[in-house]
Amino acid sequence: MPSLEANRHAWLRLAPRLTIAVLLLPVGAGLAGVLAPAFGWYPALGGTNLSLDPWRALFAWPGLGGAIWLSVVTGLGATAISLLITVMICAAWQGTRAFGVIERALSPLLSVPHAAAAFGLAFLIAPSGWIARALSPWATGWDQPPDILITQDPWGLSLMAGLVVKEVPFLLLMTLAALGQVPARRSVLVSQTMGYGRMAGWVLTVLPRLYAQIRLPVYAVLAYSCSVIDVALILGPTRPSTLSVQVLEWLSDPDLSLRFQAAAGAILQLALVIGLLLLWRGGEAVAARLGCAAIRRGHRFAADRAARTLSMGLALIAALTVGLGILGLAVWSVAGFWTFPDLLPDQFTWRNWTRQSATVTGTALETVMIGAAATVISIGLTIACLEAEYRHGLRQTRRALWLLYLPLLVPQATFLIGLQTLAIGADLGGVRSTVIAAHVVFVLPYVFLSLSDPWRAWDSRQGLVAASLGAGANRILWRVRLPMLLRPVLAAAAVGFAVSVGQYLPTLLIGMGRVSTLTTEAVALSSGGDRRLIGVYALSQTIMPLIGFALALALPALLFRDRRGMLDRG
Amino acid sequence: MTDGLRLDLLTITLGDRRLVDLDECIAPGEILTVMGPSGSGKSTLLSVLIGQPDQGFDVSGRVLLDGQDLQGMGPQARRIGLLFQDDLLFPHLSVGENLGFALPASVRGRAAREARIAAALEAADLAGFAARDPATLSGGQRARVALMRCLLSAPRALLLDEPFSRLDADLRRQMRDFVFGRVRAEGIPAILVTHDLEDALAAGGKVISPLGEVRQTAKPA
Repeated sequence: MPSLEANRHAWLRLAPRLTIAVLLLPVGAGLAGVLAPAFGWYPALGGTNLSLDPWRALFAWPGLGGAIWLSVVTGLGATAISLLITVMICAAWQGTRAFGVIERALSPLLSVPHAAAAFGLAFLIAPSGWIARALSPWATGWDQPPDILITQDPWGLSLMAGLVVKEVPFLLLMTLAALGQVPARRSVLVSQTMGYGRMAGWVLTVLPRLYAQIRLPVYAVLAYSCSVIDVALILGPTRPSTLSVQVLEWLSDPDLSLRFQAAAGAILQLALVIGLLLLWRGGEAVAARLGCAAIRRGHRFAADRAARTLSMGLALIAALTVGLGILGLAVWSVAGFWTFPDLLPDQFTWRNWTRQSATVTGTALETVMIGAAATVISIGLTIACLEAEYRHGLRQTRRALWLLYLPLLVPQATFLIGLQTLAIGADLGGVRSTVIAAHVVFVLPYVFLSLSDPWRAWDSRQGLVAASLGAGANRILWRVRLPMLLRPVLAAAAVGFAVSVGQYLPTLLIGMGRVSTLTTEAVALSSGGDRRLIGVYALSQTIMPLIGFALALALPALLFRDRRGMLDRG
Repeated sequence: MTDGLRLDLLTITLGDRRLVDLDECIAPGEILTVMGPSGSGKSTLLSVLIGQPDQGFDVSGRVLLDGQDLQGMGPQARRIGLLFQDDLLFPHLSVGENLGFALPASVRGRAAREARIAAALEAADLAGFAARDPATLSGGQRARVALMRCLLSAPRALLLDEPFSRLDADLRRQMRDFVFGRVRAEGIPAILVTHDLEDALAAGGKVISPLGEVRQTAKPA
């Protein structure tokens, strides 16, 4: 019985398809745009014959083995450690008061841009960083910064650490969202009554049901960690650097012929990610087998006090690292003369800020404009999709979820290079609106993932009641559903804005130096090593998303201050 | 007879299971009670009457309201009022705004609209409550607001879906009297869906199962 109303709004039916196109077309076009030059086709640079020369050049590069190894190790290492810490925290503390403390300590880290967290970590662990200062000279005997390589260490350890402190909060949040659908506390309780340790009970009875739902986020972490650029530029080793950083280096080389090699490297990066995902998938099967074997043997693993304490310690270290790191950025940004090993600068000054105020303000405005535009577009598309789903009784399929994750699984370093090639060809490179479009590809999935659960959880009887009172579909949407869901809508917008602010590669490659944000400026400063300047830019970059989240909290609280029923919903 | 709500050989089946089989006439001010355990097709019947049938159900027969076939009409065109066991007041609107949401746009002018809202509140013993946050009202007060909101939209029929099951015994009796009294006073045909025998008997109308078996004939009022 299709009603007249439904026909009038048939255009809404197109929203899901439009959204898929917004996600899929750039990824597909980008892949095509990088595949062609990888096989010698790049007419603008005189490449009009298909050949394997780019690949020969790539494999002839002596650092290739080292770069691949580094990418594999950091990718797998950062993902495995992040997942392990997340699982330990949940297994040890879920359902307790301490879990709430951990959650509150870690969730703000989500809003910190990757680059800012990486700079903060670098300022903490560098030879002249806060940790060395705190221990000198009384414990170390150093009265000068030691000449050792701690950040950018050749094993990629600091790079992995920089990734882990950011990925643990992300995985924890995704796990929390999935936990709502599993009767976790009862399962653990039942296992405990049979003598199983709390952690063993969780890992053996909750994790198997939960993992299917956090699998895609884990894959996204793996793909990201293996191909990340901005964090690797700040914390990762050089000579060889990771594969993706090397690809970017070739891409920005004045010698344009290296672009062919860069394209081949980008395809290799994609192959690497696919290979790692398959390997991880195999690892999942092995882990499941080990779990089943443990269950068959019936070990209770009751003595888990040490592991529980350890997990709490790791969570706090992660929170403290980022927190102190941001504080470090703040102190450096107002530091005057600062001698080693003093813990604080000899003098404080606003000069670092005042000298930069014009440029920082301009770049911040550009950042806000790009972030706001990308967020508004993403929110609009998301609500249109969800509303179409509601009005037309559509259901999200598993395949749709994979499509949503596609831009997070295909390495940015691969398809953005192709997209840049196409943008240059279409004369759209270095234009703000193109940069915004590129940001939408990454903002949209996060906005959709944040908003879809609360949107679907809305009591649809409210809509039915409104309809029975004579309200049409649009009136219900604008007068009932959106106001009631204002809190989650603004929260999703804040997440989207934070994602946009944190983007490095899309701005760099599509903006082509003509459009720059606080993130691209901050990362560009990393090679110069002027800590005061880095402090100014990285701190500004951190503040942006915080303002977004603060507004998302304050606005509903202000608007609905006299509506008790609107408190703590969604 | 054309006035009232008529279920004309209405059957609803899921696969080969027949859930609803009704041929009934409900006159204005009359209450038909459909009683049965959960899962017996009561809520399916309601969703069909509202105009939002669940997928997978086969519906045959007609639903006529004041002689008009409702086939193909969505919930907001049918003008059938709904009361659930939860009051479902909109939490972001004040009590008065909730009522204003229901008041048809044909009631024009701020003063006229406010007067109608004030009168409705008065009828529910809630005079002066217009500016209140619904969350600060008691359960009984909220239930009364929900009924007045429903009636203000000038419904042509009323569906009552276990509307009293959340209330405690004392309040339940008061609320029943209030709702049934308003239904009769406004002359609206109503269907009450419940699994509670006391509710069913208090409604004073015919009591049947979703498959049309008569449990109790209408008491003369």
